[in-house]
Amino acid sequence: MRLIRTAALAAALCLLPTAAYAKLNVFACVPEWAALAEELGGDKVSIYQATTARQDPHRVEARPSLVARMRTADLMICMGADLEIGWLPVLLQSAGNRKVQRGSPGHLLAAEQVERLEVPDSLDRAQGDQHPLGNPHVQLNPHKVALIAAELSKRLAEIDAENAAYYAERGRDFQARWSAAIERWEAEAAPLEGLRVVPYHKDAVYLIDWLGMVEVMNIEPKPGIPPTAGHLSSLLTRLQPDSADLIIRMAYNDPKAAKWLSERTKIPLVELPFTVGGTKAAKDLFSLFDDTLFRLKKAVNR
Amino acid sequence: MIRNVMAAAVAAAFAAPAGALAQDSEPTSAAYSAKPLTTEAAFNPAISLILDGKYRHLGKDPESYTIGGFLPPGGGHGEEEGHGLAHGFGPGEKGFGIDESELTISANIDPYFTGYFTAGISGEDEIEIEEAFIQNSGYLPGTTIKFGRFFSAFGYQNEQHAHSWDFVDLPLVHQAFFGGNLADDGLQLRYVAPTPIFLEFGVEGGRGANFPGSEREKNGFNSGAAFVHVGGDVGFSNSYRFGASFRQTRAAERHYEGEGLGLEADPEAEVELLAVESKMWGVDFVWKWALNGDPSKRNFKFQAEYFQSKEDGDLEIVGDPLGAALDDEGAFSSKKKGWYAQAVYQFMPRWRAGVRYDELHSGSFDFVGADGNYTSTDLEQLRSHKPKRTSAMIDFSPSEFSRFRVQFSRDEARFDEKDNQIFVQYIMSLGAHGAHRF
Repeated sequence: MRLIRTAALAAALCLLPTAAYAKLNVFACVPEWAALAEELGGDKVSIYQATTARQDPHRVEARPSLVARMRTADLMICMGADLEIGWLPVLLQSAGNRKVQRGSPGHLLAAEQVERLEVPDSLDRAQGDQHPLGNPHVQLNPHKVALIAAELSKRLAEIDAENAAYYAERGRDFQARWSAAIERWEAEAAPLEGLRVVPYHKDAVYLIDWLGMVEVMNIEPKPGIPPTAGHLSSLLTRLQPDSADLIIRMAYNDPKAAKWLSERTKIPLVELPFTVGGTKAAKDLFSLFDDTLFRLKKAVNR
Repeated sequence: MIRNVMAAAVAAAFAAPAGALAQDSEPTSAAYSAKPLTTEAAFNPAISLILDGKYRHLGKDPESYTIGGFLPPGGGHGEEEGHGLAHGFGPGEKGFGIDESELTISANIDPYFTGYFTAGISGEDEIEIEEAFIQNSGYLPGTTIKFGRFFSAFGYQNEQHAHSWDFVDLPLVHQAFFGGNLADDGLQLRYVAPTPIFLEFGVEGGRGANFPGSEREKNGFNSGAAFVHVGGDVGFSNSYRFGASFRQTRAAERHYEGEGLGLEADPEAEVELLAVESKMWGVDFVWKWALNGDPSKRNFKFQAEYFQSKEDGDLEIVGDPLGAALDDEGAFSSKKKGWYAQAVYQFMPRWRAGVRYDELHSGSFDFVGADGNYTSTDLEQLRSHKPKRTSAMIDFSPSEFSRFRVQFSRDEARFDEKDNQIFVQYIMSLGAHGAHRF
């Protein structure tokens, strides 16, 4: 009896310190939300970033290492709106972690917190890989990021109530810096209004919408379907040098098609980071937008 | 189970159970749910249908297909011995055919369970329930529990549905040791350890009615399996999974005709394998490469499995009264092994090429009849043999939902015969967007 009591006491003593000082484990599906969790969670969170800026987040393998990380997560933040549909459900189902199951505060889908563009009126795969919940790539509109940040702050405080004040303070600080940055970006980006762009994939719509640019067409014939040589040459006839100002390629897109098209049409090409880590300069959420605007303006000399 | 339909279940536009609750409570918690939907139809489960069609050009008559040196699968329940019994056994029929249309329906049942149902509808209008199970994930931290009928987690390939196979047909080890894809009615418990490296343990127990087991009509378990998986990444570009499995089952009775086992002296004799104890071990390994972890452009996958089995039981021969009419019985003991390795390379977006090599070793089959009328040497089908097969394939996927494949195989499973096989296949996926296991 005494032995059991001693053992229980010893076990409790062993567990206590880890419970008190353990960091909140955050599983972030994409780099932008890993960066946001770092802004808002500071040193109270330990972040695992599942993908890099060099990966197409729609086409990632449900690797065993990701299951292992999902198993120990206290909170997962992913894009949602079907972006990770090919792998996230496998992770959630295999990991057996209730904290991050749908319906728990630890399950946060960023794109589903904000209003989305391009929600299809009708669904038909003849239109390519459609997303019933709309275009998921919301991170390139900083106003959407602010809303998602507010939600993430709330979730952090709810899951880790002990540090709620800390998260609230960091949240306020981030929102203040972010609003100031938005004002600056919008002033800087004013000359980009009306710019006619040709992105590779439908992954720039929120940026285009925010800055008042115009999407002329995409290089992909249908979302998720890579352009063939035949399609590219048909683009050549449709895309006269004066019909668009800029071809946009995100860091993870295939570089060849965009480069080829730019060389033939003489329409300048810009590579944008798309997410944190997509270019050397895009080190965090602030520099992601700094670098995006810098590159856009430089490419068209505006 | 590569088409993991839970994917679709979770992501389809119907609200999660918590979402339904959230509609009634204060607006803050509504944020945890998907868009609130109100109509009954919004709760329709995720449905997907796979259309799979093939053209086969086979050098030899598929009716004569046997894996030399191995017991023909089946024989369990009054079935014919030999040919095409189990799902995925043999090269299939000559010419055009739709083998199997795979219908999958899945949804969250309530906050605790998710349900899956997959039926294969064959070209001969037969419906076979491939999987039908309920699953709870996370009732205890790290655990997943399944009840119902499911593909066994023995090895790597077995859990995958036909539409996600990298080749037209199953590896020979699955055909010889399980008679195709191994499914069982029962329960499965998996546990993922809270470690940075992927470490998973699992056990299964069930009815064990499928080959190498048989219907027993008894309470309790007739099959038990255990497996362990270890996996991780090497840098950003490489990931792997290693697995080891064990499975034990019993067959009360396997029934063959003398001809099926090559009993030349009395082809009409009845041969019974009774009280068979079957034990199986396997190791599997998968390695995947994709530059910077982005498989969309180029990627590579290597996969290999090794199986071995040991069976003990009684063998009884009842001679045909019109034939030699010699009876005999005695204990038998059998040891077999086999392996395969395959590599598939996506060399440009949409295009993949792959090669596979299969090899089996018939090992030993020992039987001496008590009456001295027969020994194992009389069973020609079980004489020593090393079945082999070499396959090469190339496939083209216009989108995530469609694939065309051409495969060539040189199949040396039969004794002293080579079968050159050409397959042309399409696999199309309609409906819900499934997620794929590693």
